[in-house]
Amino acid sequence: MEDNTRYTTLNLGPTHPATHGIFQNVLTMDGEKIIDAEQTIGYIHRAFEKIAERRPFYQVTTLTDRLNYCSSPINNIGWHMTVEKLLGVKTPRRVDYMRIILMELARIVDHLICNSVIGVDSGALTGFTYVFQERERVYEIYEEVSGARLTTNMGRIGGFERDFTPAAIRKIREFLDHIPKVFREFEKLLMRNRIFMDRTIGVGPISADRALNYGFTGPNLRAAGVDYDVRVMNPYSSYDDFNFIIPVGTHGDTYDRFCVRQQEVWESLKLVRNALENLPEGPFHADVPQFYLPPKEEVYAKMEALIWHFKIVMGEIEVPAGEVYHAVEGANGELGFYLVSDGGRTPYRLHFRRPGFIYYQAYPEMIRGGVLSDAILTMSSMNVIAGELDA
Amino acid sequence: MDNVYITDRLKKTFTHDILETDAGGDMLTVIVTAPVIAEVIRFLKEEPDLGFVFLTDLCGIHYPDRGLPLGVVYHLHNLGENIRIRVKTFVTLADPRVPSVTGLFSTANWMERETYDFYGILFEGHPNLKRILNVEYLDFFPLRKEYPLEDPTREDKQDRHFGR
Repeated sequence: MEDNTRYTTLNLGPTHPATHGIFQNVLTMDGEKIIDAEQTIGYIHRAFEKIAERRPFYQVTTLTDRLNYCSSPINNIGWHMTVEKLLGVKTPRRVDYMRIILMELARIVDHLICNSVIGVDSGALTGFTYVFQERERVYEIYEEVSGARLTTNMGRIGGFERDFTPAAIRKIREFLDHIPKVFREFEKLLMRNRIFMDRTIGVGPISADRALNYGFTGPNLRAAGVDYDVRVMNPYSSYDDFNFIIPVGTHGDTYDRFCVRQQEVWESLKLVRNALENLPEGPFHADVPQFYLPPKEEVYAKMEALIWHFKIVMGEIEVPAGEVYHAVEGANGELGFYLVSDGGRTPYRLHFRRPGFIYYQAYPEMIRGGVLSDAILTMSSMNVIAGELDA
Repeated sequence: MDNVYITDRLKKTFTHDILETDAGGDMLTVIVTAPVIAEVIRFLKEEPDLGFVFLTDLCGIHYPDRGLPLGVVYHLHNLGENIRIRVKTFVTLADPRVPSVTGLFSTANWMERETYDFYGILFEGHPNLKRILNVEYLDFFPLRKEYPLEDPTREDKQDRHFGR
């Protein structure tokens, strides 16, 4: 940048309405063209890793809610599975299937939001308002299962606090019956829409090689043509019982990311349907009285239950020392938990591998040479969630 | 390729710089000396028979009671054969310098900045080592263990009240 008079510096953010969150990008522009960009992040940093070092394991779940808040159940369940891996707890198959149903519902919602927002940023608000009604249906399912909608705090270490109620099952079935029609309409609106294709094809591309080097995972990596999916490579929670396709793209551009997410929603729907149809009978939590809170009526009536309840809540349970890394396929990619335990009541060290934090650093490389309006589209198609970015 | 093979390959090449190997946990864990860490990562990435081409995670850790209290933990993944490995290195508080792996993985850029931000580990050769999540004028490294989360003078939360 030897001749500074030619370039304009543009502050995009921190609170620009088009970036859907608190992101700052300092752009160096040549007219409409982006020469360079630098991101500033950390505006909603909440020190979760530090806070987690003072909390018993079950209290960390509420922190994971607030990472990628568009798909909290995946974060919650991923964390529970990490603790189960450390403790060596084996969950019943019913729990695994219940978890798959909830995680895939969360993935559907996350992808729906991301894809409809790509529509918004390219000037098509209709699809967004339309699919948000469907998000509402899923949030009602969350509500039925966990009592909360956005920050779900779903499940417990070892399983769930309660079984699926008949209402929950009914709502999932209704959702499965209803969504394909809505979703086909949404696809018709955008997927082969000339204007949408012109706006997204070739926008913000990244090669498979660069994407791997940048640590991309999830739909963004698969759009570049690498078929890495944690659900298939390291199957957790009985995912190996199911058949599903990993969609991949070729160019790693905005359109490919859109199409990959779109296709993944269909696969997730298939998974939810299969898991619900084959939902095994049995207990909805593992038999681990030292980590799973006893039912309330027993706490009030039985001495043993009261003792366990007290010991769990006060954190007086022996936890094995050790370290584990557990990864789940979050909606954005590989969501990893690196947990070091020294045998105390809280994690000694907990690190979240947040996919959004890792792939957002490729953003300047992806938008360089493009125009400003394409940079906005690239950002929404990467699905950068502020909560996950800043932890 | 199994853990024994990887351990052998590493020990033959880096001999005394491989301080400890442990295959007992969820993945092979190797502890190496700080000056060679970037070389070890390069070796794991670029040797065709090892092929750990994906840097999954990089983070810091602090053990205040140890001789080398500050640590950096790398998680690498061989995507072809689906093998993961954990590599660790430890440095002193007085001289927390670790060679950067940004030349090998672009993704290490922010991961190392985050580790610097929270633990003060200095990555040598990093192109832009400055704070990333915390404010620039912060004059301490908050994830180090000497900074308690709560007011340390509080007495109502001491372990003795809870039978611990």
